[in-house]
Amino acid sequence: MSLVTVFTQLMGGMGITVAIFLLTLLFSMPLGMLVVLLRMSANKVVSAIMMVYISIMRGTPLMLQIIVIYFAPYYVFHINISSSYRFIAVIIAFSLNYAAYFAEIYRSGFKSVPHGQYEAANVLGYNRSQTFFHIILPQVIKRVLPPVTNEVITLVKDTSLAFAIATAEMFTIAKQISAKEASLMPLMAAGLFYYIFNALVAWGCAWIEKKYDYYRI
Amino acid sequence: MKILEMNHIKKSFDGVGVISDISLSVNEGEVLSIIGPSGSGKSTLLRCATMLERMDGGDLVYLGRYAAREEDGRCVYASQQDLKEIKRNIGLVFQNFNLFPHYSVLKNIVAPQLIAGKTKENAESRAMELLKSLGLTDHRDKYPCQLSGGQQQRVSIARALALDPQILFFDEPTSALDPELTAEVLRVIKELASQHMTMVIVTHEMEFARELSDWIIFMENGYIQAEGTPKDLFSTDNARVQSFVGKLRA
Repeated sequence: MSLVTVFTQLMGGMGITVAIFLLTLLFSMPLGMLVVLLRMSANKVVSAIMMVYISIMRGTPLMLQIIVIYFAPYYVFHINISSSYRFIAVIIAFSLNYAAYFAEIYRSGFKSVPHGQYEAANVLGYNRSQTFFHIILPQVIKRVLPPVTNEVITLVKDTSLAFAIATAEMFTIAKQISAKEASLMPLMAAGLFYYIFNALVAWGCAWIEKKYDYYRI
Repeated sequence: MKILEMNHIKKSFDGVGVISDISLSVNEGEVLSIIGPSGSGKSTLLRCATMLERMDGGDLVYLGRYAAREEDGRCVYASQQDLKEIKRNIGLVFQNFNLFPHYSVLKNIVAPQLIAGKTKENAESRAMELLKSLGLTDHRDKYPCQLSGGQQQRVSIARALALDPQILFFDEPTSALDPELTAEVLRVIKELASQHMTMVIVTHEMEFARELSDWIIFMENGYIQAEGTPKDLFSTDNARVQSFVGKLRA
């Protein structure tokens, strides 16, 4: 079995892996921002709910969360699960989970912007949303880029957890071929794929980081 | 004309009184300096005046308009819209500059003017004019991190002036600077005084306060312990003021 054949067989799975990755980023990054804003809100109840949410998302395995979100409609609400829900459940679970992590990263970013920046903006006549978008957010983005990169790289590898509800992402297929052919090669090929994928992600993030290098905080 | 009036200001943090009962007023073109030991409430007073801190009691009046008024023992602030308008009269220069690090020098001065509704063209020409008068023209495209502390403080003065405030507050503007840079910033403030800019300055620079001020307030423990013209205050019989001023001059 050649590497080329293996890659051809893995191809369909790669598409799903990349789709999980991109869709999760698309939803979890803004959702994380919403979570952190609620988490930092003056309303104690809202803030407490977000803390519980983050605590559960970080405190339980992602694999379990995927399973719960997939089966909950059936066991809790007695709705029949259609097969198209499988992929949707994966995206929901990943997005909710990663939003919690991103929220905490963003929070560290917000905390590290000196209070004087808010005060200067206030005295200069900026309203709340102008202060947030013009002054605070750009500085937060610069500060959180390194930890966000880390999290994004973890996400690439975490996509393999979708196998928990039999989503045919790449690693699941690699394991099937590996078992059938009694060879480690498909798994190694999968590993190579993750490595290249992550090298690209790291390169992209480094490029963005460099764009923010024009000033020091 | 009275630019600022503060009547019986009170402020405490978690039940600890920081400002007990302070009244002062500043006329147009006057320079008021506030001196006193650390922890005496000087900065808190300035933060109350610039509305970064909410007062617990007393009146705050700018150009005859009440920003806050004491009613039945409580301090009632004007509406958001009124406060916004009143705030336009106020400029504040911070001890640690608080420039926006992601903006160039020019943009630091231009951006707040755009927020205030000026056209880009007007904002930029005003900024360039200020940069020129403060000797910062060559630095217009640099970022705050590339400037010395003295230069940063001059930019932050330009940023405040660009909004044409009726009164400019300084919160220990030279405390983060070495003597050379301090001199550089004090020169700018003196220049403003000679142009009859109305200013309130919290400072530890005694000679500077003496030379520049029309009125000096000596604060301690949340009260005004002594006040007067520089001449009166520096030749006072008040032992506490004498020892404070003397120690700093020694």
